[in-house]
Amino acid sequence: MSNIAIIDSGGANIASLVFAFERLGRSAELTTDATVIRSADRVLLPGVGAAKSAMERLADAKLTDVIRSLKQPVLGICLGMQLLLDGSEEEDVECLGVVPGIAARLPSAPAYPVPNMGWCATRRTSDHALLGDIPDGSYFYYLHSYALPVSDCTLATADHAEPFSAVIGRDNFVATQFHPERSSAAGAQLLQNFLDVSL
Amino acid sequence: MVVKGVQFRNHRVVGDILELAERYCAEGADELVFYDITASPDDRSVDRSWVTQIARVLDIPFCVAGGIRSVADAEDVLNKGADKISINSPALAKPALITEMAKRFGSQCVVIGIDSREEHDNYFVYQYTGDPGKTIAAQRLTLDWVSEVQQRGAGEIVLNCMNQDGVRKGYDIEQMAAVRAICNVPLIASGGAGAMQHFLHVFEQANVDGALAASVFHSAEIPIPELKHYLAKNQVDTRR
Repeated sequence: MSNIAIIDSGGANIASLVFAFERLGRSAELTTDATVIRSADRVLLPGVGAAKSAMERLADAKLTDVIRSLKQPVLGICLGMQLLLDGSEEEDVECLGVVPGIAARLPSAPAYPVPNMGWCATRRTSDHALLGDIPDGSYFYYLHSYALPVSDCTLATADHAEPFSAVIGRDNFVATQFHPERSSAAGAQLLQNFLDVSL
Repeated sequence: MVVKGVQFRNHRVVGDILELAERYCAEGADELVFYDITASPDDRSVDRSWVTQIARVLDIPFCVAGGIRSVADAEDVLNKGADKISINSPALAKPALITEMAKRFGSQCVVIGIDSREEHDNYFVYQYTGDPGKTIAAQRLTLDWVSEVQQRGAGEIVLNCMNQDGVRKGYDIEQMAAVRAICNVPLIASGGAGAMQHFLHVFEQANVDGALAASVFHSAEIPIPELKHYLAKNQVDTRR
């Protein structure tokens, strides 16, 4: 039984991620303890809210270099995905820089409200193991105003006014713009895959 | 996105709520909304012990509404596992609350509920609508309030058309379309669903992002899987 650490980035509704692992029959520890995080077999970086305040909280907890140096599989979720990037246009904040790219504000267009809130069909652009046993075009639940444009690290895309990166991966770092913990069976499968993959 | 309202009052019905929540989740509801509709008129905050219980069993998003009057109230509900909070009367009483919450949690967590009634060829906002004896006109035009809450950072608007509420004759398409024209955040239609065609019409004619209903799902008059099949068949983008 491997250890699962969820980095407490201070955002709201982190509890729902703990509960998602409970539903998979696994316990996950919510923590800011660098020792616990370094020794975990799987690390999750969730996040809700603004990128700048989340980065400040990680810096206050002295976790920025800890996260950058992790070698085990790490899964960023929603804002946590954006924190893994070089930066975000939101308040021009510099992020962790473990996956290249800048999160850009979703363009607001009449037929495309911002924030993007709701279920979006998500298409894979890679056969990455994180997406194993998830039918192509599955719906996942999104809640965001910023997104990474499609890049070399994109594993799956979804559409707003423009296609954006729904899932990204680089080395041991993977991330989803959607909330797998709130994405029904498809989300549960993705979390299970994350526990099972070797990255 | 189909949303389901459940009136919540006290501990005794937690069992029922959990059961209902799990049933709707299994049937394919895309989001659940839990309203404590008398929290604001009774001047008490929503009883929150059940939020964690709901969060444990649900694997779809859910929103909690009722008597959330401060950033601390909102934080408590979100920390217990809710994905969004919805405010209505407290936002009318103190509009700056919308901005405070959006700054603290991000706009995506902050839903504004608006109870609107058509009168004298215009739309007006009502407050404390959970109790007919305490309901008052909020002295605001609906379209003005829709613009203001967006400027203040609302991430979603649930528009409940009071004239249609519970009547089951269909959503107020005209009012929804008028609000849609000035609404750049997700807009959820509420009030009036009585038949599957009503859902289709509000998506087709008012271009809303979601449709909320209560009675027709409570009574199982419209089974959710059947509704979703119908919408998908009629080219409404539907998760199945």
